[in-house]
Amino acid sequence: MDLRKINRLLCYIVLILLSILCLFSFYLLIVNSTRAHSQIQKGFSFTTGSFFKINLKNVLDSEELPVVNGIINSFIVSSASSILATYFSVLTAFSIHTYEFKFKRLFFTFIMMIMMVPNQVSALGFMRWMGKLDLMDSLIPLFLPSIASPIVFYFMLAYMQSNLPKAMIEAARIDGASEFRIFNQMVLPIMKPAIAVQAIFTFVSAWNNYFIPSLIIRSTKNKTLPILIAQLRSADFLKFDMGKVYMLIFLAIIPIIIIYIILSKYIVRGVAVGSVKE
Amino acid sequence: MIKFKRIIALTLVMIMGLTFVACGNDTSDVATPPVSEEKDTKDVSQSEPEVKAGKVLNIWGWNTEFQGLFKTYFEDAGLVPDGIEVKFTIVPNEDNAYQNALDEALLNQETASDDEKIDLFLVEADYALKYVESDYTLDIIKDVGLTDGDIAGQYKYTQEIVTDSNGAIKGTSWQATPGLFAYRRSIAKDVLGTDDPVEVQEALSTWDKFYDVAEKASAKGYKMLSGYDDSYRTFSNNVSNPWVDKDNTIVLDDNIVKWIEQTKEFTDKGYNNKSTLWDDQWAADQGPSGKVFGFFYSTWGINFTLLGNALETPLPDGITATSDPDAFKEATEGNGIFGDYGVVEGPQNYYWGGSWLCAATGSDNLELVQEIMRTMTCDPDTLITITKDTQDFTNNIEAMESLAADDNFASAFLGGQNHIKLFAESAKGIDMSNISPYDQGLNEEIQTAFRDYFNGTVDYDTALNNFYTAAVEKYPNLKKPN
Amino acid sequence: MKSISKKKTKSISYSKWGYIFLIPFFTIYIIFSLIPLISTFNNSFFENYMVGLTQIGPNFVGLDNYRAILFDSDLPKFALNTLIIWLLGFIPQIIISMTLAIWFTSARLNLKLTGFFKTVIYMPNLIMAAAFSMLFWALFSDIGPVNNLIVALGHEPISFLQSVNGNRGLIALMNFLMWFGNTTILLMAGIMGIDNSILEAAQIDGANAWKTFWHVTIPSIKPILVYVFLTSLIGGIQMFDVPQVLTNAEGGPNRTSMTMIMYLNKHLYSKNYGLAGALSVILLIITAILSFIVYRNLTERAEK
Repeated sequence: MDLRKINRLLCYIVLILLSILCLFSFYLLIVNSTRAHSQIQKGFSFTTGSFFKINLKNVLDSEELPVVNGIINSFIVSSASSILATYFSVLTAFSIHTYEFKFKRLFFTFIMMIMMVPNQVSALGFMRWMGKLDLMDSLIPLFLPSIASPIVFYFMLAYMQSNLPKAMIEAARIDGASEFRIFNQMVLPIMKPAIAVQAIFTFVSAWNNYFIPSLIIRSTKNKTLPILIAQLRSADFLKFDMGKVYMLIFLAIIPIIIIYIILSKYIVRGVAVGSVKE
Repeated sequence: MIKFKRIIALTLVMIMGLTFVACGNDTSDVATPPVSEEKDTKDVSQSEPEVKAGKVLNIWGWNTEFQGLFKTYFEDAGLVPDGIEVKFTIVPNEDNAYQNALDEALLNQETASDDEKIDLFLVEADYALKYVESDYTLDIIKDVGLTDGDIAGQYKYTQEIVTDSNGAIKGTSWQATPGLFAYRRSIAKDVLGTDDPVEVQEALSTWDKFYDVAEKASAKGYKMLSGYDDSYRTFSNNVSNPWVDKDNTIVLDDNIVKWIEQTKEFTDKGYNNKSTLWDDQWAADQGPSGKVFGFFYSTWGINFTLLGNALETPLPDGITATSDPDAFKEATEGNGIFGDYGVVEGPQNYYWGGSWLCAATGSDNLELVQEIMRTMTCDPDTLITITKDTQDFTNNIEAMESLAADDNFASAFLGGQNHIKLFAESAKGIDMSNISPYDQGLNEEIQTAFRDYFNGTVDYDTALNNFYTAAVEKYPNLKKPN
Repeated sequence: MKSISKKKTKSISYSKWGYIFLIPFFTIYIIFSLIPLISTFNNSFFENYMVGLTQIGPNFVGLDNYRAILFDSDLPKFALNTLIIWLLGFIPQIIISMTLAIWFTSARLNLKLTGFFKTVIYMPNLIMAAAFSMLFWALFSDIGPVNNLIVALGHEPISFLQSVNGNRGLIALMNFLMWFGNTTILLMAGIMGIDNSILEAAQIDGANAWKTFWHVTIPSIKPILVYVFLTSLIGGIQMFDVPQVLTNAEGGPNRTSMTMIMYLNKHLYSKNYGLAGALSVILLIITAILSFIVYRNLTERAEK
């Protein structure tokens, strides 16, 4: 009994230390968003400054920096990405997991190989190609490609292999369900925990993506948050203000923290429900 | 099973490889439309009646500086004709995104619809020639229609930066950004026994004298400069040859070598504080706790960056010397080391910063472009107003000299000195005829490569080699000297 | 007999669904990724770059670009940098994540506030890598708070950002902080999916915690482990944002913290499709070989 208590205490100490390490960067971020540009430039401080309201006002008031619009754009792109990536990855994984067909291994190996292709490799070709397709300055190239997300696919496949017995599908077929119905009404619910996990990952990476949007987006109304942050960072000497930069970074994090908290509850619940069923 | 997988993987690699070769011709065509095709489309677009032409004026930039000026001094002045919409496209600099986007748009300029064609775009000095030497920019005299008289009042160096190899001027700027050496008066008194700008200038007028002062300052516990790159521009703006010669070979100018030698010596002897431009040490060195003799800074840097760093308590938001003089005075008096800086020309003339306007080939709004260039970069009245409103130094010799003679322009931050006077003197002495299209990359890379040498991480030859490697990575057409 | 033949005919008729369900993935992949990728790879056999706004090439040069990358560049050095930095981050990451995943799922420990901790450890992943690097840069600068602390404790200040180990260590630390929460969640999902009866059976058989972990937990979450290992490996090979911002794109000092993708990025500056294409193909082959080894080792052993 005592040993267990000591163990638990040890766990808590480690967890608290790790939490401090993790929260520390947020603390720094908040501190910096309350300080004036010249204060930030001259180095670091642990105490907050008095410029929070001013920085906030400066970030929100600027006509050239449509923050609310940027949040909406980022939200559209990120949620569309995570919905498309998860739904179609489960579908693709379902195909590879369930059916026997010619060249299946070839398809599988192909997906595994393209998983390893770094984004940067084809970025400039991508930009030109989008110009040809007349998709420049559009949000579509920012989310539609996530239908083909090899990494998400691979995760879904791994999860299916341990959680989706083929016998269940057979049983559903005997009940007369169509393949689409089996997928939408039986497979998707079973996959919920995996979907929640990957939805978060995809959402966050889309939310923070600067590289691809910077190649595609031009007009102010289509800019996403990372572009607006970069725009603040390349401001001219009169307007260059690290206080504003940190404030916008801070503002950009709030929505994903909320999304994360919502989805993370879902992961835990989903996993619990799944294990009860078994 | 294992074998089977291996075979599949190998076959796949081979198939992919074959696809690349097979698709080769098609895709390379996609990536680079042949010249002849481009010409065809040009003819087509020219023969087409331009019905919708000129409804949208597109201006591209990497920040909103010009957008703000344009609004105040052009649009709000009612100079935009009815029925024309001015559209700014701002792509940030980060990761070279601005130039990537601009290049792509310019390359597609001929096929773009009239409302999407770029009319005006902004460039910085270090890469201006990349655009100026191309066919994508227009001669501001012959094509855009400014007259020699229009641009006669501009500082010569601002024109040299955008002059192509045939002598055509293909850009124009509202700013001039001459640099000075801003020194701490209290430290000068301690080291030189005087803080009088004339005497301080005398003591710093050549690099040899500069070195002597550094030695004296060090003996008293001060640093002459903050970082490695502080003096870089004064050397690089005074090179005797461009970075690259006619055979595309990189030329390491004697003046750059001098910078390396001096900086290494300063570092080893502790005459600098080993900082990097814009890092926190550098900014802190400019403030109340700093022990650095002085900083090389240009127009915009002194009244904004240096001033901000010199204060103990930051200025209240939105307060500048021109926006609210009384509040400014109250906020700065006795705040940090406000008033402790003075400015002198230093050992050599140089400039730092600035933006230029270029007219894009294919623009369908040349008349308006001409009007914008004339009003925003040539008109003395507009330029003098900009200087009065923003304290920025503008590109008109006469206007600036009238302010230089005006004692109202004395700067409290500089202990009562009229900095415009010195700027105006310095700007006339800048010679930028040795600029090259590769300045941006090569200036960055040499500072990076030699930082390791100054730090003692690598020796001189390794640093130099690293520089050449990085240079050729950035500009594959360049050659390392034998 | 009857039922078997019935099944067979059925499974044949179902196979078309296999193809149908693959259509969206491959259509989108071909349109958005494969076409630009093929042109990029195709370019690896050409001299093809921009000088200013003028295109040079494409001129067919055979394998010259590959030769230049393999024999005339510092790619091996950058590969080693990448490997070192990745290992520095990944080893603590997998150990700590595994420990935390077990703690969080352990009924015996029954920790409180796990929801809070789970949220907190994932949070560093929510910050943009660039912003995260900016903060670390300020934190570990020569006059930053970490050095202030070191000086206050009576030591000489350390130039983290000018030293090889400092830079590599900081990049690894950031990678660790950004990804250990992510890994913990994945492993947790795996562990929670294990059938409780298997664990109970092991305990009834008298297996201690360590044995249960090694013989029951690990094999049960093997697919997830393979996934974690593979994605981390790929993430490591593609490491870019953090070192790019921390070292201001230079991978300093003396390029000892330049990763392979940072090097690739250098060639994109001049739109050097030729060298960048060749480098990409080489990177792809390296990744494919490594992933293949990992995948085979981890999955085949489980099948045996």
